[in-house]
Amino acid sequence: MIELVNVSKRFTLHNQGGAAIPVMEGACLQVGPGECVALTGASGAGKSTLMRVIYGNYLAASGQVRVGGVDVARAEPREILALRRETLGYVSQFLRVVPRVPTLDVVAEPLLAVGSDRQAALDRAAGLLRRLNIPERLWTLSPTTFSGGEQQRVNIARGFAHEYPAMLLDEPTASLDAQNRETVLSLIQEAKERGAAIVGIFHDVAARERVCDREVNVSDFTPGVAA
Amino acid sequence: MTPLLQVKGIGKRYGARIGCTDVSFDLYPGEVMGIVGESGSGKSTLLNCLAGHLEPDAGQVIFETRANGPVDTVTMSEPERRMLGRTDWAFVHQHARDGLRMSVSAGGNIGERLMAVGDRHYGNIRHKAIDWLGRVEIEAERVDDRPTAFSGGMQQRLQIARNLVTGPRLVFMDEPTGGLDVSVQARLLDLLRGLVREMALSAIIVTHDLAVVRLLADRLMVMKDGRVVEAGLTDQVLDDPQHVYTQLLVSSVLQV
Repeated sequence: MIELVNVSKRFTLHNQGGAAIPVMEGACLQVGPGECVALTGASGAGKSTLMRVIYGNYLAASGQVRVGGVDVARAEPREILALRRETLGYVSQFLRVVPRVPTLDVVAEPLLAVGSDRQAALDRAAGLLRRLNIPERLWTLSPTTFSGGEQQRVNIARGFAHEYPAMLLDEPTASLDAQNRETVLSLIQEAKERGAAIVGIFHDVAARERVCDREVNVSDFTPGVAA
Repeated sequence: MTPLLQVKGIGKRYGARIGCTDVSFDLYPGEVMGIVGESGSGKSTLLNCLAGHLEPDAGQVIFETRANGPVDTVTMSEPERRMLGRTDWAFVHQHARDGLRMSVSAGGNIGERLMAVGDRHYGNIRHKAIDWLGRVEIEAERVDDRPTAFSGGMQQRLQIARNLVTGPRLVFMDEPTGGLDVSVQARLLDLLRGLVREMALSAIIVTHDLAVVRLLADRLMVMKDGRVVEAGLTDQVLDDPQHVYTQLLVSSVLQV
């Protein structure tokens, strides 16, 4: 489902003397349906960079980034947008929403974007918000004013609303209380059972051991460190 | 899927100076493209060439018309282009005054465009005008007021209603949120996003506000000195800019 072949990434800072900083070289990764792979490595090793390259948010310098038959490193913007809409979900650490949109709509939006029936989408959104303990009285409000933890849970609900065949999870359990952490882990488990291919960053070792099948240390792809 | 708009090698000079040069891209149905760049970069010149307000010196602007398939709008006759401007195209000006008739009521402003495409039933026109005022969050009781009595944000929303009432397929926007308060901007952006999604509009938005394009545009083109220096997926161009000028532009934004 997700396959990276020899991917490299470097940043060229034109306005800082044209410094070219290679941050990744020879990255290879394969994730099949129903599999969850954890990215590990010290802070700054490039875990988030690798995720962003897979999502098409960062431009790979070379190599192939195949997700569900699309090479993200070479695809047209509209192909990547279609991929993100249908196939590839991304739960980032921060919620980014338009002001004024009610929480329930924020969560239902990915479903509406793939053409789900409005009522079915809202029902599913409501179910997820309930599971993640967002009180019903908040659903009609915009999440912009919510606490950090609430925003994160709204973000997770949104990420899991549509059943993406491939998912990227950036620290989905960070700073959650025990009960909500448990809910998120079961959401991940359910996604695996329906055949989703997942790449995740988990600093929470116990969580990682519970849901991940393999670990990939991104330090192996750091230029100059790996021999 | 065929592109709604194919732009090929568009160029416009003002005497010896370059307005814009060698701009090419395809826009597909439902896509929203942002064009950013500092003032003088040629983004407004380009937009006006695309919308038929300026005649380009070079290139083609091929629009997929409902009746006759792809047609080059640069070489089509003026009446045909005007008809397109009233039906399938819409143009939202930065200053609402440029896009509204200030001496005609709000309802009249919306109704005029309907009449231009053949609507004649007064009751229908008024009904549609009130419906559209509601969609852009203007109270129905203001239908007979002139836009001169409206705030800047309301005028801008009225301009949008006037433009969208005939169900266009392509909307050109020139700094649609420029000169508005931040709180008014947020409301307008939210409104535009909803309408774009609901009506499956394609849009080209010229702005110098990177936050606006991040929110509204799927794709982004960065212009400098009349040329396109970088183009791609909006979040990719903003988060991982490749060109020296884009890097400068992105790093110059103050963090709030």
